[in-house]
Amino acid sequence: MTSLLNKNRPPVFCPGCAHETVTRALDKVFGNLQLQGSDIVIVSDIGCSGLFDTFFNTHAFHGLHGRALTYATGIKLARPDLTVIVTMGDGGLGIGGAHLLSTCRRNIDLTLLVLNNFNYGMTGGQFSSTTPSDATVGSGFLNQIEKPMDVGQVVAAAGAGYVSRASVYGKDLTQVIEKAIQFKGFSVLDLWGVCPGRYTKKNRLTPKSIETSMSALPAFTGPVETNRRGEYGELYRTQASQTEPRQQPLKFEKRFTPPSPKRNGVIILGGAGQRIVTGGEILCYAGLTAGMHTAQKNDYPITVLRGHSVSELILSPDAIGYTGIHIPDAVLVLGPEGVARRKELFATLTKETIVIQAGDVPIPACDAKIISVDFQSLKIKAPDRALAALAILARLGTIISMEMLKEALNIRFKGDVLEKALELVDKAMSVEIF
Amino acid sequence: MERENDMGLNFMEGNEAIAWGAFRAGCRFFAGYPITPATTILNTMLKLLPPAGGICIQGEDEIASMGFCLGASMAGMKVLTATSGPGISLYSENISFAIGSEIPLVIVDVQRLGPSTGSATRGADGDIQFLRWGNTGGLPVVVLAPVDAVDCYQLTVHAFNLAEALRCPVFIASNKETGMTKESFDMEAVELPEIIDRVPYTADAPFLPFAARDDRSAPEYLPIGGSQLVRQTSSTHGRDGYITVDREAIAHNQSRLANKLQTAVDNFSFFDFFDADTDTLLITYGVTSRAAKTALAGLEAEGTRVAHLVLKTLWPVPESLIRKIADRFNNIVVIEMNMGQYVREIQRVVGNKPVKFFGLMDGNLITPTRIKEVLTKEVLSHDQPAQ
Repeated sequence: MTSLLNKNRPPVFCPGCAHETVTRALDKVFGNLQLQGSDIVIVSDIGCSGLFDTFFNTHAFHGLHGRALTYATGIKLARPDLTVIVTMGDGGLGIGGAHLLSTCRRNIDLTLLVLNNFNYGMTGGQFSSTTPSDATVGSGFLNQIEKPMDVGQVVAAAGAGYVSRASVYGKDLTQVIEKAIQFKGFSVLDLWGVCPGRYTKKNRLTPKSIETSMSALPAFTGPVETNRRGEYGELYRTQASQTEPRQQPLKFEKRFTPPSPKRNGVIILGGAGQRIVTGGEILCYAGLTAGMHTAQKNDYPITVLRGHSVSELILSPDAIGYTGIHIPDAVLVLGPEGVARRKELFATLTKETIVIQAGDVPIPACDAKIISVDFQSLKIKAPDRALAALAILARLGTIISMEMLKEALNIRFKGDVLEKALELVDKAMSVEIF
Repeated sequence: MERENDMGLNFMEGNEAIAWGAFRAGCRFFAGYPITPATTILNTMLKLLPPAGGICIQGEDEIASMGFCLGASMAGMKVLTATSGPGISLYSENISFAIGSEIPLVIVDVQRLGPSTGSATRGADGDIQFLRWGNTGGLPVVVLAPVDAVDCYQLTVHAFNLAEALRCPVFIASNKETGMTKESFDMEAVELPEIIDRVPYTADAPFLPFAARDDRSAPEYLPIGGSQLVRQTSSTHGRDGYITVDREAIAHNQSRLANKLQTAVDNFSFFDFFDADTDTLLITYGVTSRAAKTALAGLEAEGTRVAHLVLKTLWPVPESLIRKIADRFNNIVVIEMNMGQYVREIQRVVGNKPVKFFGLMDGNLITPTRIKEVLTKEVLSHDQPAQ
């Protein structure tokens, strides 16, 4: 049988190291599965398990500590046809914990060999996430006050499709590895072995004691029934192939002449749920139908349906430089939260500024021209105030015209929503304004 | 970009423009972790990539997202990730990996006000030195800084070209104020560069993954998974991709990694220059350039002229460009949306000329009014030095 072992770089592990046994078994498995080196990527972690990629004539990816599963995931998604093997110690297991759990949940077709030797060999035998509490390690007493994790139970609980716990010294090691690689989904092998360089200097661990300890734990020997499901990459590709084709970005042709030849700034002040952002967008759309350059900036808190919502809009015949508004040309006051957020704004307003104010929203004293609208008695609900206020703005005809607004609605909405929006605009047309 | 006629306008966020730029550049792999103000790049890629047979993944964290990108890039894909300052912190170890092991990728930093968690929805340009130095080893990186949505679109295509040609991470240093502001521009009218792909290895000799043709080039590339075996490693490596302790090989590789960017920057020194008959030069980058432009128009109307250099390539520092333009001016002013980061580079490059600085990081755009005040003072004090 052909071997993929790199003859120029024989294993360099400490005498008696379990990793060497796994190296040879893995090579045998590659032969059994008739894999070529170019079919395989070995993604190795940091530490002694990080040497694996150098011993094989395969593709190799050796990255940062704990992140091996993330690189392997990227490679497998890009090249689903490759056999991707990840070698990682109990160190990588702990530091890459979030990646371990997420890879289990994804069930992507990778095979993870956890070369579990119960300590950090390369750095001096410190404790890892699998070191027994009663072991003597290079971290003083610290391992005595933590509980080691059971790899099998953790990954099975996290959703791994295939989990196998085995001794490196078992007669069936090659079959254990071979079956795991053949499984379509995420396979985790918890392979227990001896670290003669560090761990067994102060702790008793033998093939026999491994077998005894292992038999006292729940057995994991293959597919986890409760986690049986599709492979992540296949599911992704199936779902992706059913997505809507991408839309080209919306393009606005100039159809109207804008009523104002200058740059205008508009600020909409309201609360969450008042469709302030949509209102701002419609105002920009209206400007765009007249070939105006537009800009929109929104300000709202992280909470949804609570708090302020403020939209700042600029409509300009020229390209817009600075996107802030020094003194707005119009302010639409629709909710008290927005007023509270920007109360300092009102002192800056001049006689030229138009304020369209919901009658039930008090504002600080200011010099602006105020148009008060009694939305409540008009039965215009809170979410409709923004559009109604835009209709009144269009009616004034200083910044946008009514045809611009209606065209914006035609572009933004369809069907029932469009009809309701146009009805609302008509209703606002008939409102008495003061 | 000025529009010549009424060909029509698009209306989108800087973040969306970046996603479109990436798509046009041939990017078909995105991985990221949601973070304001960068999330809309993830959202847009999620619309663009799956229908095109591409891959868009949400990682369990920023570290995983970078890991996915590095794996996919080495398997042959053009990859993008996007985050903000807190995510760049988590990217750091993999940024170092991508620099040292020559993995092409584009990283967007939609900067928000720091330090730390800071303010999710407030802008700043506080990461400018962090992007340069936030890696182990201190080797150079490429950082491009967009001023507006047009730049977001166009510079992203350049960023991919540079990442591919130079085999390195390329950053887009955006800002919440650019990323999350929607604005109009004519996408079709934006001139995009020709798409550049990484150079494939075609020779007959066995492939050495880190063998470059000279002391300033990126190695030719073969994907992991092809018929020739490819090695990638984060360890100090020789041309064959195996660990080396050969002093000469190490030294040669380190200087090649620095050279390949520093000797090339003259080919990608993006900038705008607005000349004026004056002794004062204002230097800005990013979104602050817009307020500066407005301020300068105001000053000009009042009879005060100031020339304006807008840098769009920040790293490696476009030294010859800056020297050439600054040469004529004896009064240089730098304004930044931070407490003084890039001004250090300008000072270093222009030598003995005095460089004045104004910086502000209060969660808001620096206003044209403020810039006018600063410039008026600096122009006056230069023209009429105190007796």
